[in-house]
Amino acid sequence: MKFVDEFRDGAAARRYARAIAAVTTRPWTMMEVCGGQTHAILRFGLDAFLPRGVTLIHGPGCPVCVTPLELIDKALVLAARPGVAFCSFGDMLRVPGSAGDLQAVKAAGGDVRIVYSPLDAVRIAGEHPDREVVFFAVGFETTAPAVAAAVMQAAAGGLRNFSLLVAHVLVPPAMEAILSSPRSRVQGFLAAGHVCTVMGYAAYEPIARAYRVPIVVTGFEPLDLLQGILMCIRQLEGGRAEVENQYARSVRREGNLSAQRLMTEVFEVIPRAWRGIGEIPKSGLALRPPYAHFDAEQRFGLTVPGAPEPAECISGLILQGVHAPPECGVFGTRCTPDHPLGAPMVSSEGACAAYYRFRGPHLEEGRA
Amino acid sequence: MTARIDEIVCPVPAGPAQVLLAHGGGGRLMWRLIEELIVPALGDDPHRRSLHDGAVVTVEGARLAFTTDSYVVRPLIFPGGDIAQLAVNGTVNDLAMCGARPLALSAGLIVEEGLPLDLLRQLMESLGRAASAAGVRIVTGDTKVVDRGKGDGLFINTAGVGVVVAPHPVEPRAVRRGDAVLLSGDIGRHGIAIMASREGLAFETTIESDCAPLAAPVLELLAAGVEVHCLRDLTRGGLGAALVEIARTAGRRIAVEESAIPVRPDVHAACELLGLDPLYVANEGRFVAFVAPGDAERALSLLRGHPRGVGAARIGEVGGEGGDVVMIGPLGTARAVDLPSGEQLPRIC
Repeated sequence: MKFVDEFRDGAAARRYARAIAAVTTRPWTMMEVCGGQTHAILRFGLDAFLPRGVTLIHGPGCPVCVTPLELIDKALVLAARPGVAFCSFGDMLRVPGSAGDLQAVKAAGGDVRIVYSPLDAVRIAGEHPDREVVFFAVGFETTAPAVAAAVMQAAAGGLRNFSLLVAHVLVPPAMEAILSSPRSRVQGFLAAGHVCTVMGYAAYEPIARAYRVPIVVTGFEPLDLLQGILMCIRQLEGGRAEVENQYARSVRREGNLSAQRLMTEVFEVIPRAWRGIGEIPKSGLALRPPYAHFDAEQRFGLTVPGAPEPAECISGLILQGVHAPPECGVFGTRCTPDHPLGAPMVSSEGACAAYYRFRGPHLEEGRA
Repeated sequence: MTARIDEIVCPVPAGPAQVLLAHGGGGRLMWRLIEELIVPALGDDPHRRSLHDGAVVTVEGARLAFTTDSYVVRPLIFPGGDIAQLAVNGTVNDLAMCGARPLALSAGLIVEEGLPLDLLRQLMESLGRAASAAGVRIVTGDTKVVDRGKGDGLFINTAGVGVVVAPHPVEPRAVRRGDAVLLSGDIGRHGIAIMASREGLAFETTIESDCAPLAAPVLELLAAGVEVHCLRDLTRGGLGAALVEIARTAGRRIAVEESAIPVRPDVHAACELLGLDPLYVANEGRFVAFVAPGDAERALSLLRGHPRGVGAARIGEVGGEGGDVVMIGPLGTARAVDLPSGEQLPRIC
């Protein structure tokens, strides 16, 4: 396929591997921020192209994984309510709350619908004025502009039966939280290319300076990732800590200004709890007061009791890159995609799911 | 009340207490339902142990293949086919995968109150046309009507019988080390066609289902004396699920080459967009054939000479003991291929 196959070329990958080996003199540990990058690394076996001592650790960039248990529980309560049509991206359906998941609510008779765009939920609200249509707004800066557009469309259409359960989070504050942790092993970041397509990368410049870490905005195809790794190691070896852009075919420094305007119009930045990590200042989005009537938590007066995470699940440490999925004692045994203990095992962007899917339950190494 | 410390156990989620839609997705959940709930309840029977597309039973010296399948699809008519064509071709294909010539089908209709008669007539005409195109007769049937809201317009069950023409058992347990794995054409079209028409996803081109009867190319391979060890049509769960099931039953490792698996550019693009792996997307007119290595090239050219196998490709081979599937990717690295958990769900971003 055009514009995809070119970035999956074996000969070019081997050239990058040689270039990386040539510039590497010491062990380095880098974190790829986005779960999509983690999946590409595991799917294409990119670790086989890296010299010994160069380690990739997997970051928190899985929106499903970091959505707090409390919000998932609220989603389950709402979805089970008569008269509510609960719309969600498909990825969210299997994520375990403290009692079941959306799939089970659907099987028990809840009106749970998979949508491909938040605008689909607005359309459903328009077509079914008798139902309260709730959209589970999950995601990073990548999906927030489309959600903002949906809210503005609902507002323009005077829809009174549409609301959002907002779980939006922002990436740069999470990177900063990881760097501030005494357990952090991160020496360089491969930043999430799609997030930067929307937001640009100016926000990373103070982080690179303050924490002395190179940050390379990186794409999602194998050659993107290898080039991003090469750029990052060159900085590390040269003692530099700058923001560089590997994903220049998609990302500009200022990002997509019209998408940012939509987000700013509808959302404001708030502190938000991240599942497994805890509250991070200025890391979430909430509806601004003029749009607050679209907030499902307010509309339905939702409160759910706080629930503890399963004791065996170390997803918090996985999401912070402190541990890798193979280091978890229940990986592939008591925790599988069929019976997940934590969200990283079910989401298509979760790190545990990537290992399970591409290395198998027994974590066999690449056998090229 | 206080609990003693040794009574406290970690909260491990139990399996679902009710049937989920994902139980029908052709993945691990469905297999667990079949292996842990359905088969044990029916008692031990050697015909069921191989869990193939159909059973082969010997009746007074004649080897007959027997199979059944139920068809539920929304919308009833989709680009490239309709529920009636699925109902004929699916059962014909299951018979063919037993190495049999399909002879006769039954058709059981469950019709929802309110279905327009014109639509039903159109679908029944399609049923008849599909049967004659596949070279089978529909010899018996049944009709039930259920209350509005209790069915999705129309459900069809078909059962079929055929006469086995393969000289040796064609089943996963017959797969041998060194067998070539042949795929009859490009994958993923049916699943993407259904998803696109169901969800109103507009791609640049209309992707049509690959729905087709597969008995003719299979019979051609058998008539030419190709040593066929196993056949499997790719339906729910796609090529990935078919290979994993065969590897497990055969107790062998199957290695396939990702770049050898044909995927049309439009299907590939749709999958990239939706975050789906074409390996697990449904097909209705494709099969894999495990053939003796010495016959592989001949089988491939026979397939390519047939309208239903023009895009056939040799995608891999059977290795030693294992029971798993590995795929060599475009960069030369290997990855595990596992059953999908339930249904494939589109990703967030």
